[in-house]
Amino acid sequence: MTAFFQSLGLSYEWAWTVATVAAIVIVSLLVMFSVAMVIYVDRKVLGAIMLRRGPNVVGPFGLLQSFADGLKVFLQETIIPTAANKGIFLLAPIITFTVALAAWAVIPFWDGGVIADINVGLLYILAISSMGVYGVVMSGWASNSKYPFFSAMRASAQMISYEVSIGFVLVCVVLFAGTFNLSGIVNAQQGFGFGLINAYAVHPLLFPMWVVFFISALAETARAPFDLTEAESELVAGYQTEYSSMSFALFWLGEYANILLMCSLNTLLFWGGWLPPIDWAPLYLVPGIIWFLLKTFAFFLMFSWIWATVPRYRYDQLMRLGWKVFLPMSLLFVAVTSGYLMATGHFDKVSTADMPAPATEIVEANPAQPTAVRGQS
Amino acid sequence: MIQAIAFYFFATIVVGAAVMTIMAKNPVHSVLWLIMAFFNAAGLMVLVGAEFIAMLLVIVYVGAVAVLFLFVVMMLDIDFAAMRAGFSRNAPLGLAVAAVLLAELLLAVGAYNAGGITLGSPDGSAMQAAEVSNIEALGALLYGRYILLFEIAGIILLVAMIGAIVLTFQPPKPGARARQDVGKQTRRRPEDATVMKNPEIGQGVEL
Repeated sequence: MTAFFQSLGLSYEWAWTVATVAAIVIVSLLVMFSVAMVIYVDRKVLGAIMLRRGPNVVGPFGLLQSFADGLKVFLQETIIPTAANKGIFLLAPIITFTVALAAWAVIPFWDGGVIADINVGLLYILAISSMGVYGVVMSGWASNSKYPFFSAMRASAQMISYEVSIGFVLVCVVLFAGTFNLSGIVNAQQGFGFGLINAYAVHPLLFPMWVVFFISALAETARAPFDLTEAESELVAGYQTEYSSMSFALFWLGEYANILLMCSLNTLLFWGGWLPPIDWAPLYLVPGIIWFLLKTFAFFLMFSWIWATVPRYRYDQLMRLGWKVFLPMSLLFVAVTSGYLMATGHFDKVSTADMPAPATEIVEANPAQPTAVRGQS
Repeated sequence: MIQAIAFYFFATIVVGAAVMTIMAKNPVHSVLWLIMAFFNAAGLMVLVGAEFIAMLLVIVYVGAVAVLFLFVVMMLDIDFAAMRAGFSRNAPLGLAVAAVLLAELLLAVGAYNAGGITLGSPDGSAMQAAEVSNIEALGALLYGRYILLFEIAGIILLVAMIGAIVLTFQPPKPGARARQDVGKQTRRRPEDATVMKNPEIGQGVEL
């Protein structure tokens, strides 16, 4: 795309900027479209499990339901409570929404199909998802109302607790892949399982970590059975109670964009991303994005399935699971994984293949002998 | 060109947010401005090519430390009038701290410009010239040359953590509320707790 804008007579850096902005707009619109469709799927699955029909009026099979809802919400009046802290009250949904979209910048949809293929992709995801808690906390505080505040307190404690174990799970994956770059992690999974299966999750050390990651992803996105932040029976609608019209819709869109992000992370980190499930040449004829979308969608179906079948956790059970079960377990697995990889000589392979030689040169750089590196100063 | 625009954009916001942090009347607003400053400082880090440090800044400071700040400040019941009353009394102390910080800053800049830093030139180009990604360079240094310091830092943190737990830990008092046993709770079935009775009319139930 950069080349196209360059051909229009822009200098390289401006062409790159315009191309990147265009890519951001396209990806954001596609994510929003997927969110609309996925809300529809969610309601359909829930309906099917509860022996209802689900949305079936607007458009064929009710496909346009989400868009109708969006239009309705857009036309409603935005109500701001008198006692609310106006600026922060309005800022909170915007932050939730923006942060949910920003994380998509490093998600590779197919080989090379990524806006920013940065070295620290996984850390970027962690950083951005840790920002997500502000939308919730700010909305809870700014609403100046009991239930939103309770909900915000719950949400922040919950998100922080589960981020810790997610971090350790990611460390295990990174140890295997030898890189923080998401495309690199996917490529490292090619033929990982017995030279046949393109997935990290088949490894006995990584499968339990995938389970931990999946459950933590449910908790991180405040999805059932961990939806304590908007537990209807206790907290009305949680931190969204005082919100109306678009500000409410932004929370919803952001929440579902986050859920999709977690589904795609499951795909990328443990189930081979855009690679076909089996390392067999004819399967590579199917475009990578198809595999990626199929896998992500399968994870989303699991999310809705869980929503419909599992009762809500109690708050102390949630905290116990996060701190007393997942955290020690993932810590143990980090130690065991690194020990295993050390013993099997995995790191020798990684360091010769991927790590450029200067890394060791810096360590050994002796002030007495100026090297080429220091010569530039 | 774009780099310059981005730099001045981030830098202006950092300085502006820092000023607002101390000017804002509401402490919650102060914390939010502080978070804004952290976040944009991370942007500056990205611009100089230290993307790993930038991400850590966001994860650690924005994602964890500032959340705790926000928590505490939101929970506090602050009397604004009482807070502002101490302004003139504390002003000399504040000015002294500011003077010390300024002196240190000038000293640091002076030392930096004087050169003699082994890992990288003052314009920070050496690391990039070596074509090593941030994480690898940092990892090689931390786990290579500075392994001892790194482990000492880790042990100090561990001691602090255990200390905090020891200080706040209270053994459950005998006779206090019974502790919950989650396994026992989930094993409990309706048969353990309920009995079906079909009493005669007017007889009631004896348990």
